[in-house]
Amino acid sequence: MLAFIAQRIGKAVIVLLAIVVLNFFLIRMAPGDPALVMAGEAGASDQIFLTQLREKFGLDKPLPVQLYLYVKGIVSLDLGFSFRQQMPVSKLIMDRLPATLLLTGTAFAISLAFGVLFGTLAARRAGSWTDTAITVLALIFYATPLFWVALMAILLFSVTMDWLPSFGYETVGAGYTGLAHVLDVGAHLIMPATTIGLFFMATYARMTRASMLEVKRLDFVKTARAKGLRDAVIQRRHVLRNALLPVVTLAGLQAGTLVGGAVLTETVFAWPGIGRLMYEALLQRDYNLLLGVFVVCSAMVLAFNLITDLIYRSVDPRIEFAA
Amino acid sequence: MLKQFVMGLAVAGALSSTAFTSAAFAQEPKAGGVVNAVIQPEPPGLMLGLVQNGPTQMVSGNIYEGLLRYSPKLEPLPGLAESWSVSEDGKVYSFKLRKGVTWHDGKPFTSADVVFSIEFLKQTHPRGRNNLLQVDKIETPDEQTVVFTLKQPFGPFIGIFEVGSMPMIPKHIYEGTDFKTNPANNTPIGTGPFMFKEWQKGSFIKLVKNPNYYIKGKPNLDEIYWHVIPDAAARSVAFETGKIDVLPGGSVENFDVPRLSKLKNVCVTGAGWEFFSPHSWLWLNNRSGPTANKKFRQALMFAIDRNFAKDVIWNGLGKVATGPSGSAIKYYTDAVTKYDFNPAKAKALLKEAGYNGEKVRLLPLPYGETWQRWAEAVKQNLQDVGINVEMIATDVPGWNQKTSDWDYDIAFTYLYQYGDPALGVSRNYVTSQIVKGNPFNNVEGYSNPEIDQLFADGAVAFPDAKRQEIYAKAQKILTDDVPVAWLLELQFPTISRCNVKNLVTTAIGVNDGFRDAWIEK
Repeated sequence: MLAFIAQRIGKAVIVLLAIVVLNFFLIRMAPGDPALVMAGEAGASDQIFLTQLREKFGLDKPLPVQLYLYVKGIVSLDLGFSFRQQMPVSKLIMDRLPATLLLTGTAFAISLAFGVLFGTLAARRAGSWTDTAITVLALIFYATPLFWVALMAILLFSVTMDWLPSFGYETVGAGYTGLAHVLDVGAHLIMPATTIGLFFMATYARMTRASMLEVKRLDFVKTARAKGLRDAVIQRRHVLRNALLPVVTLAGLQAGTLVGGAVLTETVFAWPGIGRLMYEALLQRDYNLLLGVFVVCSAMVLAFNLITDLIYRSVDPRIEFAA
Repeated sequence: MLKQFVMGLAVAGALSSTAFTSAAFAQEPKAGGVVNAVIQPEPPGLMLGLVQNGPTQMVSGNIYEGLLRYSPKLEPLPGLAESWSVSEDGKVYSFKLRKGVTWHDGKPFTSADVVFSIEFLKQTHPRGRNNLLQVDKIETPDEQTVVFTLKQPFGPFIGIFEVGSMPMIPKHIYEGTDFKTNPANNTPIGTGPFMFKEWQKGSFIKLVKNPNYYIKGKPNLDEIYWHVIPDAAARSVAFETGKIDVLPGGSVENFDVPRLSKLKNVCVTGAGWEFFSPHSWLWLNNRSGPTANKKFRQALMFAIDRNFAKDVIWNGLGKVATGPSGSAIKYYTDAVTKYDFNPAKAKALLKEAGYNGEKVRLLPLPYGETWQRWAEAVKQNLQDVGINVEMIATDVPGWNQKTSDWDYDIAFTYLYQYGDPALGVSRNYVTSQIVKGNPFNNVEGYSNPEIDQLFADGAVAFPDAKRQEIYAKAQKILTDDVPVAWLLELQFPTISRCNVKNLVTTAIGVNDGFRDAWIEK
């Protein structure tokens, strides 16, 4: 197993470097650069000002030199400096990480728990009204654009009912501490987390249902039934466990994106997370920040892929660690 | 011999605070309270000497101050300078600074800080070099006096001392340091009515009252929170649900303005943009293609329904532009060649121009839904008179790249004019400003030696009457030549709760800080 992990980490490092190089060029292929954006915001007509900005950002150097310097920095775990925010990229990412993890982690937990629950329920009562209702709702949640769900939620729960805050991570200036602070953050978290959660919940529910129905028909379930096992035990230990394999795959993929945040949801709810940071960096051509977020996200996806493979092994002992 | 005529005396507090919003000032300002405002996008930094984009100016206009402020008619008002005078030959400007002004860290503000700030801004401010080009020497006879001697008269000089153009920087903090990496940049120190307290990136910026502010009893507010809300619809909702008190101009899409303005206890004002006078037009590539033909350009002016744009797309806000200068800008004249909405005339001119249906690329300004709708309306106008238009979609950096590389035929834009044609108008039309790689100069490539000479003369002519004559002539020539297609004098309404009084008192509006604002309880 250790050899397997070591080999996978080795491959991951190569993939990560390839991602860095590819993204480095991809970003620079997009029109415009950070100097033009910043000069534009300052209403600058002074050519010297533009030239100075480019020198300051190192954009006046040849592209291979810029790449060399960047990769050199990455190897020594230095993600560089944000042109626009005037701060180290790693600090910017670390500052936003807690808010992002809280949002995406909560959404992940909600979607996985309720998705598997509803999927199981639908599969156990296949063909019933419950099954139809869950399937239809899952289809609606799956097909509805996230930003629309977010805006409608705000309209209903903030504007019309005034139940939940419409933006931010906490009530600014309220000075809440302890439990009051937790409840305040919780109130701010409900809408964005549910918005993201609905889409994935629908996916998990549909996948769990389909997978369970398929497994139910297999011979070993009939054998279990013939052995006289109770239905609940059959469903939990034999059907659900085997049906979860594709769900674990999907959960692994979703978990890998947790750090990347959720661009649309974070933007609509003004949630101070990494998704927004990435979106703003893209619009401002903040190359180092954008690359920094890509590197961290890619690393997380690679790490979670490895973890998913390990979980596979425990869910399904038939899978072996093949180097 | 200098004949000094004092233009502003110690009427400081009184004049700057009372003259412009008389109704609000009829009541006695109340002390205390918190204002929640929106800031978008999040500023890259708050050190106004280093970062001059719109959001930075809006927040930092509370922290820093300039020597002067300006009335809506662009007349200078006392700021950190309590009085000033200009010599008869227009070459010597003397400023008397207020006494008892301190930086937020308690150190005194003196004439040495002014000289230091000038040197600082020459290096860092995108407009600093041009603004200060005519300065020959600066003297400080005492701690309260600064004397600028110019190489030749420079009419706009008295107009460059507002906080965005010339914020005062503390010498004792920055002297001898690398300005860009000075740790004080993260905790800006100014002389302004509010002090920097906290910045949670991505969420909010908190400013608190300066208890040692030199005007007794000011500021009235205790705290200001600037909230970062990236989505325009979410900003509208935040205001609608009462979480936000102030939406500075441009915070919400224009089509939301009528709805928000009808809410209870909501006031809307278009004031506070007189200095910037945002002026919109279409860059027309004068170098090649159909737009190189003057008759084609004139046809565009007749083809575009600018009143429709004002009334429908901008909800009645703004004014149809008559030429290169906004009507709030000095030396503006409407005695120019006029272009009404006349598709028949446009078609006739297109025929004269020999236009044969070549494709013309139209580049909208990617600043949100209002601009997109406007581009669609203009496209429709142009198609109606037979112009073959292709719309090119970009994001902001892409727009910057295409315009600065002259890779367009028609492109939307708007630029600030900074109160004087020499500061914000001439750069768009003079030959020396045709520089590839910069989207904020003479992007259209118009070149006319007569215009070059007029703008060169206008900047240094003295007295005012002579400047008036020169600029009137320039405006007439430009409206004949139509180097660009002028659209609207834009108005970005500030929307606020009516009980927040005196938000906008000067020509730069909320960018001048909330010094005079107060909350009616």
